[in-house]
Amino acid sequence: MRITIDTDVCIGAGQCALTAPGVFTQDDDGFSELLPGREDGAGDPMLREAVRACPVQAITVADD
Amino acid sequence: MTEAIAYFQGRTCPYHPPAGYQPLRDAGPLAHVTLYDGRKVWAVTGHSEARTLLSDPRLSSDRQNPAFPAPFARFAALRQVRSPLIGVDDPEHNTQRRMLIPSFSVKRTAALRPQIQQIVDGLLDRMLAQGPPAELVSAFALPVPSMVICSLLGVPYSDHEFFEEASRRLLRSRTAEEAEEARIRLEDYFDELVAHKEKTPGEGLLDELVHDELRTGALDREDLVRLAMILLVAGHETTANMISLGTFTLLEHPGQLARLKAEEGLLPAAVEELLRFLSIADGLLRVAMADIEIGGQVIRADDGVLFPTSLINRDDGAYPAPDELDVGRSARHHVAFGFGIHQCLGQNLARAEMEIALRSLFDRIPDLRLAVPAAEIPFKPGDTLQGMIELPLAW
Repeated sequence: MRITIDTDVCIGAGQCALTAPGVFTQDDDGFSELLPGREDGAGDPMLREAVRACPVQAITVADD
Repeated sequence: MTEAIAYFQGRTCPYHPPAGYQPLRDAGPLAHVTLYDGRKVWAVTGHSEARTLLSDPRLSSDRQNPAFPAPFARFAALRQVRSPLIGVDDPEHNTQRRMLIPSFSVKRTAALRPQIQQIVDGLLDRMLAQGPPAELVSAFALPVPSMVICSLLGVPYSDHEFFEEASRRLLRSRTAEEAEEARIRLEDYFDELVAHKEKTPGEGLLDELVHDELRTGALDREDLVRLAMILLVAGHETTANMISLGTFTLLEHPGQLARLKAEEGLLPAAVEELLRFLSIADGLLRVAMADIEIGGQVIRADDGVLFPTSLINRDDGAYPAPDELDVGRSARHHVAFGFGIHQCLGQNLARAEMEIALRSLFDRIPDLRLAVPAAEIPFKPGDTLQGMIELPLAW
């Protein structure tokens, strides 16, 4: 599984970090970022919910 | 289209959508409503359709577009001028939002929590020393977010009587003239404040914007002044309503309040549920820039589109038993902060303020109660942010 964040689209709402804090965080500028070592989602059950919570659909998940 | 009901209507109970909106829920997911000036616009009540449309770039927030629907008379005062951030589309919106995102990130907001707690504690100390009774809006619900946003922006809180009154007129006056006067007074105030900050830089987001964006020409002076006004108004009126109406709603649902008190960990979920249940910004507007097919209907270019958040957030396809307050439910994916590129910039700050304010209020005053019968407590009319006008409490 591979997660991609489009930082040109991201509006820094923080919904991903709020919904799945085990996978997402925000960088110092407030944009969405994957936590180190969690680039594959680490089996987090909240991953799909976080993708759905993004108000601008900036996160895509590709199944390997 | 002939039987379109009127929008905005006043709530009969401060925490439920107006009973008069029921036909919209029955008709959903899209129906027509008539605005005050007789114009018919689409009202989207389906949760899934609303999320799809709010993230559709073919729906514009440009209030200066002549086809943009006017929700009430005072709107005429607001559409004459460009409203940065909230009244513009991408790419302009994106450029402006990116100047602000770092200041409202999850981390920066978390770092503000001790300061918010200090403000909340100070106000509760004073309320407890002076009461009972107390009037929560003036003693607590308004000063908490007002002090926090002043500190964040770098606006002197000592001017709060002026800007709170001007904001009230901007958001609630009956006539366009009165709203226009309030807008001009606020703009004059921020024009002076920006001039002062150019000469004497201080610490705050506005100071950063003067230094980083105004001096470099990335933001012109007029936009900076209006942006400052928008951030200040949006930063205190909204959360103040959530604190006052949230407190009233919990006091009117003693079982839910008891659950929340018994289980501290429920607080973040309870705040989301209050956001969903109360939907205080009840009626977001857009104008269609092209034909859009959705929910078996076609929205035509230049059609107005209204999003009644109180109905969207009570779509029973998205939330079981939507008319019941349930602090234990997952209220995730509500649209109380909007959705799409304009979703509330300050939402994480608002969440922190609500959590700290509500937890501290009920911790410090465990036997808090309404000082008068609920039916006697005045709340706001339908065509503005929803909340309590006054909230007399005793303990």
